[in-house]
Amino acid sequence: MKRIAVTVNGTRRESEVEPRQLLVIHLREDLGLTGTKIGCDTTSCGACTVLIDGKSVKSCNVLAVQADGREVTTIEGLAADGTMHPLQEAFRNNHGLQCGYCTPGMIMAALSLIDAGTPLEDEEDIRLALEGNLCRCTGYQNIVKSIKDAAGQMRSSASA
Amino acid sequence: MFPSRFEYVAPRSLEEALSTLAGRGDEAKVLAGGQSLIPLLKLRFASPALIVDLNRVPGLSYLEESDGHLRIGALARNRDVVASQTLEAGYPTIAAAAPLVSDPIVRNLGTVAGSLAHADPAGDWGSVMLALGAEVTVRSASGDRTIPVADFLVDTFTTSLEPTEVITEIRVPKPEGSSGGTYLKLERKVGDFATVAVAVQLALDDGRIGRAGIALTAVGPKNIQAIDAERSLAGAEPTPESFQEAARLAADAASPISDVRGSADYKRAVVRTFVQRGLDRALELARAS
Ligand SMILES: Cc1cc2nc3c(=O)[nH]c(=O)nc-3n(C[C@H](O)[C@H](O)[C@H](O)COP(=O)(O)OP(=O)(O)OC[C@H]3O[C@@H](n4cnc5c(N)ncnc54)[C@H](O)[C@@H]3O)c2cc1C
Ligand code: FES
Ligand code: FES
Repeated sequence: MKRIAVTVNGTRRESEVEPRQLLVIHLREDLGLTGTKIGCDTTSCGACTVLIDGKSVKSCNVLAVQADGREVTTIEGLAADGTMHPLQEAFRNNHGLQCGYCTPGMIMAALSLIDAGTPLEDEEDIRLALEGNLCRCTGYQNIVKSIKDAAGQMRSSASA
Repeated sequence: MFPSRFEYVAPRSLEEALSTLAGRGDEAKVLAGGQSLIPLLKLRFASPALIVDLNRVPGLSYLEESDGHLRIGALARNRDVVASQTLEAGYPTIAAAAPLVSDPIVRNLGTVAGSLAHADPAGDWGSVMLALGAEVTVRSASGDRTIPVADFLVDTFTTSLEPTEVITEIRVPKPEGSSGGTYLKLERKVGDFATVAVAVQLALDDGRIGRAGIALTAVGPKNIQAIDAERSLAGAEPTPESFQEAARLAADAASPISDVRGSADYKRAVVRTFVQRGLDRALELARAS
């Protein structure tokens, strides 16, 4: 077993984990953060996307020990004091989800893209940037709209 | 799915990593981006007793030009390559390939060095580096050696790396004079491995072709350097006829298999078309440079 300390959504969490423990299982089962989903378990669908030090990773393909000393952000870390994050708000307003299973991953992936300055003005750009996230329900239409909406708002308020 | 049990160390220096590997290389695997290794561990295609995580070793994330080379450190991520503004002009083949490797999330972790070490015949970087005539610098506790990528990639998932060695950097010679190149990739869907892909690099010398590099992805047991096609171009005039001939020779060098991504004949036809298109594009860039 390895002792690790991960700052998860701003709170330092110390645990003992087996080196082979996957980050997604650590988050869901050891820390009780079940907002992060497991879809494919093979790094294809993006349902398990979380941020490590601000960058998106597929947490079914990262070891929990790799996150030692790092900052992990999950979907639970986005809303502040009961106010939804602009991305969450945009997904709600634009009907960006149906079953909702892919949504936490979509939102975390989108957050990383927005922060990285990825072009997200055109529908085409957004669709390409989301190539690592699959949705079985929506046909992506409203996911794209939601991200366009949120990216526009977040970038204009960041530059204001 | 879970990997089988292993011991895990995350050395804080390259020396520490290398001395660990000097003792236990045979039972160890180096972890870089983990985007190929962790899936293998989960599927139990690999069950090393020890994982040596390189990610805490400082000073390996660089992507820089010096002494006539682009030097790509072992921990430079695919995302860094995509984001680099300096590659478009000098290394268009790399700039063309980077955004086609996996997806933005996987690119946040995956490394160029890890891709070469993995030696997947469907990996994109192997072909790019073959076409560019790149070298890999590897280090063990007993010293460094530099290996041309053509000798580094031995067979499917097999390289000339010793279990005690790690790749420290990839060295890409700066294409000289009027040169251009590109990477063309056919995917079933975005983010997928190549059905077929082709890397092309061309240098002009007084209006004639100087060095030509052509390499093929996903059409054989490893990334294939189309040597006959390259030779047919060296010294030739850059004409539609010479490009057609090179494309034919490159298609002959491919040995694709029929699978879910397409039949062998289809893939060979794609090689031919892509080499021709790639050469046209490379020439256009070379003339503009
Ligand atoms: C969904 C998905 C899609 C993908 N699509 C593509 C694609 O389209 N094209 C493509 O080319 N690749 C693709 N990949 C593979 C991806 O690019 C990997 O990141 C890459 O092949 C391996 O790099 P890594 O840094 O993740 O290496 P790791 O997974 O950490 O390691 C891979 C192998 O290399 C060894 N290794 C790594 N670094 C070193 C080093 N410095 N010295 C010695 N040995 C080392 C490891 O021991 C291991 O054997 C995809 C992967 C996924 C999960
Ligand atoms: S569950 Fe991790 S990518 Fe699908
Ligand atoms: S909303 Fe159901 S998978 Fe995307």
